[in-house]
Parts: sequence; structure tokens; C-alpha cells
Amino acid sequence: MENWLAECTGSFGRILTTFPEGCQIPLREWTNDLLRFLVGQFGWMLDAVSDRLLFLLRYVELSLLRLPWWLVIAAVALVTWHSSRRRWLTVGLVVSLVIVGFFGLWDDTMRTLAIMLVATTLTVAVGIPVGIVMATSPPLRSIINPILDLMQTMPPFVYLIPVVFFFGLGNVAAILAVFIYAVPPIIRLTNLGIRLVDPNTVEAADAFGATGRQILWGVRIPLAMPTIMAGVNQTIMMALAMAVIASMIGARGLGAQVLRGVNNGDVGMGLEAGISIVVLAVILDRVTAAYGARLDPTQAARA
Amino acid sequence: MSRHGAKRAAAAGGGTSRDGGSSGVRGAGRRAESDIEVTGLYKIFGARAKEVLARAQSGVGKDEILAETGQTVGLHDVNLHIKGAETFVVMGLSGSGKSTFVRCVNRLIEPTAGQVMIGGVDVVGLSADEIKALRRTRMSMVFQRFGLLPHRNVLRNVAYGLSVQGVSKEERWERARQWIDVVGLKGYEQMRPSQLSGGMQQRVGLARALCTDPEILLMDEPFSALDPLIRRDMQDELVRLQRELNKTIVFITHDLDEALRLGDRIAILKDGRVVQVGTPEDIITAPADEYIEDFVRDVNRSRVLSAGLAMDPVTALPLDTHPRTAQETLQQERRRFGFVTDEDDQCRGLVLLDDISAAVRRGDRDLAAVVRPDVPTVRAGQHLDELLSIAADSRLPIAVLGERKRLLGALTRRNTLAALAGNWSEGGAMESTDNDPGNGRQASQKPEKRDA
Repeated sequence: MENWLAECTGSFGRILTTFPEGCQIPLREWTNDLLRFLVGQFGWMLDAVSDRLLFLLRYVELSLLRLPWWLVIAAVALVTWHSSRRRWLTVGLVVSLVIVGFFGLWDDTMRTLAIMLVATTLTVAVGIPVGIVMATSPPLRSIINPILDLMQTMPPFVYLIPVVFFFGLGNVAAILAVFIYAVPPIIRLTNLGIRLVDPNTVEAADAFGATGRQILWGVRIPLAMPTIMAGVNQTIMMALAMAVIASMIGARGLGAQVLRGVNNGDVGMGLEAGISIVVLAVILDRVTAAYGARLDPTQAARA
Repeated sequence: MSRHGAKRAAAAGGGTSRDGGSSGVRGAGRRAESDIEVTGLYKIFGARAKEVLARAQSGVGKDEILAETGQTVGLHDVNLHIKGAETFVVMGLSGSGKSTFVRCVNRLIEPTAGQVMIGGVDVVGLSADEIKALRRTRMSMVFQRFGLLPHRNVLRNVAYGLSVQGVSKEERWERARQWIDVVGLKGYEQMRPSQLSGGMQQRVGLARALCTDPEILLMDEPFSALDPLIRRDMQDELVRLQRELNKTIVFITHDLDEALRLGDRIAILKDGRVVQVGTPEDIITAPADEYIEDFVRDVNRSRVLSAGLAMDPVTALPLDTHPRTAQETLQQERRRFGFVTDEDDQCRGLVLLDDISAAVRRGDRDLAAVVRPDVPTVRAGQHLDELLSIAADSRLPIAVLGERKRLLGALTRRNTLAALAGNWSEGGAMESTDNDPGNGRQASQKPEKRDA
């Protein structure tokens, strides 16, 4: 078929059968040139960011590692109890953490937790303000939305490459990869939460002459808190998933154990690390979800 | 006092005037600077409002415009003069534009055309900052769905208006506590709205609206979401408050009974147009068209109609009338009784034709011997529901008295029932357009067919 078409139409027919080679868009070269240019020009800035993040991460990581294990477990128990007031959840999480310790993965768990804490803090610190800005400005919303779509549909491995390019292998690159992966849900949910606040309530504030700022800070944001907390919760879950993938660009912790299990065909090792990740996920999920529920203004305030 | 006083005076005035301008009766509470004067107000929902406006102004109806252009006419040439310190009810079914109207007053909805003058200032022309300042200090609003801030407790909800104004925490909480007390929610200050019943939530809404001490209170179906008993309570509460506060209240409702209970005057809206404006009695007794007649049909008239409206004229006989003259007068007017008055036109009692005849035979010189002073009396402003039991018990007609106990007319069982049934006899109160309670029907010389 192809040959027949080519023969019939001569050299012109080549255009019909294969993409014309002369007209390729050299996106690859452009991108690489741009990246090289950026690194050359703004390398000092990237280094500064990188240093700060690394410092912060080291600090958190070392703190967690140096604290006695039982103190960490006690703290987790306390926070779980304080947020959820559920006795068996608290007991269950404590037992799970002890088991993780018995797997010999305590230090790795703490490392992952440290990456999680730093990455999530960064994500939330950027995501909520962006979400707020997005909610209050329709033009910005129409700009940010496609960017978020891109971030969420782009396979993570694709942006692992430039992150490594900028920051090298290691924990800082991991944190930034986590950030890119986990920031869309918090932005989206903050935006959504603020815009979907009961219009009756907003109208009432308006009727009392509240300014735009007073309505935003006094009505919209407080009432959007449950949705924003759902965003935080989502972000944490996604960050955890990414923390495992990020082990491929040098992040330490549980993800590295999983990766080693994959490389060595060591299913047991992978399982142990996997269970530890699940335990960490359950703790973070339950605690943030419980705090989110407490912030729901439609629920009666608990003592 | 002033509210009921006004109602009474208006009732005694009887008026069937449809423009509603009849009652210049506001007393002490009247404040011209909180008058709301609405002229030529239009609201058209849709992207091409200005274009459609011209069509609406040329008289094309709501349905036609919707069919032709897909744009909705919310308000169509609304002209209303709401007087300071009156409770003005805007009534209509859903889609009649009543909620749109109230929101045009504080510009939560931007009118397409027209003027809303408050104290001589056109609200429509104010800048965004100016209108916010107006909302903060001079008018506040109560909502059907309460619109409370669910994350704040009762105290902080009530203080919300003041916090928007930037009043210090101590002061606004103190003032909020006072209003919480007034609406009867003392002890609930720390509760969240979700912990309160609907009625209590709306009390919070009311206290919040009053806390900024505005001149104008906009109430958008505030009691519609409440169950009937609570609604009744809240209506009473509003009447009680208004008696002391004398706010200009624009009250939106779809419930005619509520409108009649609360309104000094009522405007009825249909398809964005004002169909009728008038006192509750005007609406009941002289519905402007079939639409309003349909509304009025099922209403409990006894709560709205006053003795002054249902009464019939009577023959007044001065005490010193010679019995023979009295006999002739009554026979001429074909009545079997008359009321005796003294030199101050005050009612002294009733005389029956039979007694007068006896007096004539005895040769009495005046009516003193035959007067029955124990005649039941009511005030002209009293609503019929209050005097039904008197009417039922008494075999004598009831004297209706105006100011300083002056005789205005009489109620018989027959015309009481006729008024309740909406049947108005020839020459009855309906026909009278006499607005002055002072002289009017007393000693009417009109020929009447009467029986007792």
C-alpha cells in the first residue's frame, strides 16, 4: 500500500507517507539550550534555594533521627489522640509504628517523614496562597488552570529530569519533584473551597458593608477550611507516593529500600518497606483528615 | 404605640384610596431622612440589559421579552414611596421580583435603570465605597436563610456589623450582648448557629441587623423558613421591637397573612410590577384586580378588618331630643334603635323605638328615662377578631367609638358577619370614602334600611 502510494506520486508522495524531515520542531534542542542558559544565568539562585532546602531538611531529619524512638511514637500518639479522639486508632498506629521499628526500618521511616514534612510544608505554603489568588482573580484562574492540568498530566519522570538538571541528584531534587507532583490538588481545592462558600453567607457579609478583604479573610477562607484541609490531606498522600518514586533521583528513606528491593528481586524487603510506607500514610492521612473535620464550622465545636 | 396608633387611625380613616398616600398619620417616630423613594426602577437580568430596557420601557411585557430576547425582566417600572418608620411589606409569589426589589435598595443587585432615593441621596449613583459605607451604618438586612457565619458564635455573629465597621472588641461585644438580650437569647452567646433552632437563628439574624443601629431594616422573607408557630412568635417579636425602635422596615414575604399582620402598608408585586399599594384594609376590601382577589379570598378577614370599617352609620339622637321627634326620625329612617349622644357627641347609650313610643305616650320631655346606658362599646381600630365574642353575646348593637369616645357608628351581628364574609351591603362602609373619623358617619342623614 505504502509503496504503491509512493510509486504513484513520485517524490511528492513521500510527504504523504512520512513526516517531512526538514520541518521538524527542535523542541528538544530549545529546551536543553534554555535549561543550560538558565543554569548558567541563575545558577547562584538555584544554589541558594538548594542550600536552604537542604539545610532545613537536614535539620528536620537529624532531629527526628536523634530523638528517642519512644518519644517520636509518644508524640504521634498524642497528635493522633488530640486530632481524632479515637482510642483504637491511636493504639493501632502506635502498634504499627513499633512493628515498623522491628522491621529495622525506623531510620528510613524517619528520613521519609522528614522529606514529607519539608516537602508538604513547602507545598502548602505555596499552594494555599496561589489557590486564594486564583479564586479571587478570574484572569489568573484561566492562566493557572492549564498549568495545573499540565503538571497533573505530565508523567512524573519527565520533570524528574530537569529537576535533576537544576539541583543534581539527591534530597533537594526529590523535594522539588514532590512539590511539582503534589501542589496541584492543594491549589485546586483551595480555589474551589473559597469559591464554593455558601453564597448566602457571603451575601450577608456583603449586606453589612464588608470589604472584599474582610469577606475573604473573615468569611471565605474560614468557611473554606474543611476543603482546604482536604487539599492538604490529598497533597500529603500524593507527596508520599512521590517520595517513593523520588528515590530514583537519590532520595533516601523508605523509597530507597523499595528501589533496592526491586533491583535485587528482594520481594520481602520491598514488602517491609511498603508496609512502613502504608503506616506512615495512615498516620498522616488520619491526623490531617481529623483536623480538617474539626475545622468544619457546620459541626458543633468540640471542647 | 405609634405603630398601632397609626393602624388605628388609618383604619378609622377607612380610606379605599389605592395610591396609599392617605395616611399622613405617623406620629413621633416619623423620620423623613429615612424615607425610601423608588422611581422608575427596572432590573433586567441578562447580558443585553440596556437593549432590552428600551423594549420594557416601551411597555412590552415580561413574557414577551423573555420569549423574544431570552432576558428576564426582574423589576418593571417600580415606583414606591416608603415612609420613614413604617413597616412596608412587599408581597408577591416567587418570581414576582420581590427579593430583587429589596436587593436593589442596598444594591446587592444593581438596578438596570431608575432611582432609589434614601434621605435625598440616590443610592444607584453611589460609588462602591459609598454604598458599602451606607450598608455599614444606615441599613442592614435579615435573610430568609439567615446568612449567619457558621464559624462564629452567636456573640460574634451579632457583633459582625460592628466588627466590619472597625469598632473595638469591648464595645462591639457589649452592644451585641444588649441586643442578644433584647431578642431573648441571653445565655446562648457562646453557641454556634448550627446548635440553635431555626427560630433562634433568625433571632440572631435580627439582633445582628439591629446591632449597627441602622435606620432601615431590609428583611427578605425572614420568617418564611420557620414553622408556623415560631413564625407567629417572630412576627409578634418584630411588632414589639418596631413599637420601640421605629425603624423603616422593608419586609418581603410571599405570605399574605404575614403581610396583613405586619404591614402598615403593603405593595403587591406581580411579574416585577407593582399591582397595588395600600393599607391591609385597602387590600382586603378593595383588591385592585383578580390576581389580588384570588390572594385575598382565603384570608382571615377578622384579623385585618376593624370595627370602624365594618360598622354602619347610625342615627344619633341628642339627649334633649323630644321623644316625638326621635320617634319620627327613626320611623323616617326605618330603624328600630338609635344612639343617644350628649353635647360633646359622646355616646350615652341606646334607645329602642318601642321605648320611645312608650315615652311619647307617657309624655316625657326628653330621652333620659329611656336610655339604656349598658350598651357594649368598641374602639374603631379594634379588629373584628377581638370583638366577635362581644357581638355574639350581645343582643343589642355595639357602639363603635372614635377618639374621646365620640360615636362613629354601630355594629350589628348582621353587618359583622357580612364584613367577614366579604359581602358589603349597599350604602355600607365600603361605599363610604369619607376619610375623616371626626364627623363622618355619625348621625348620617343618608337613608338606610336597617334592622336590629
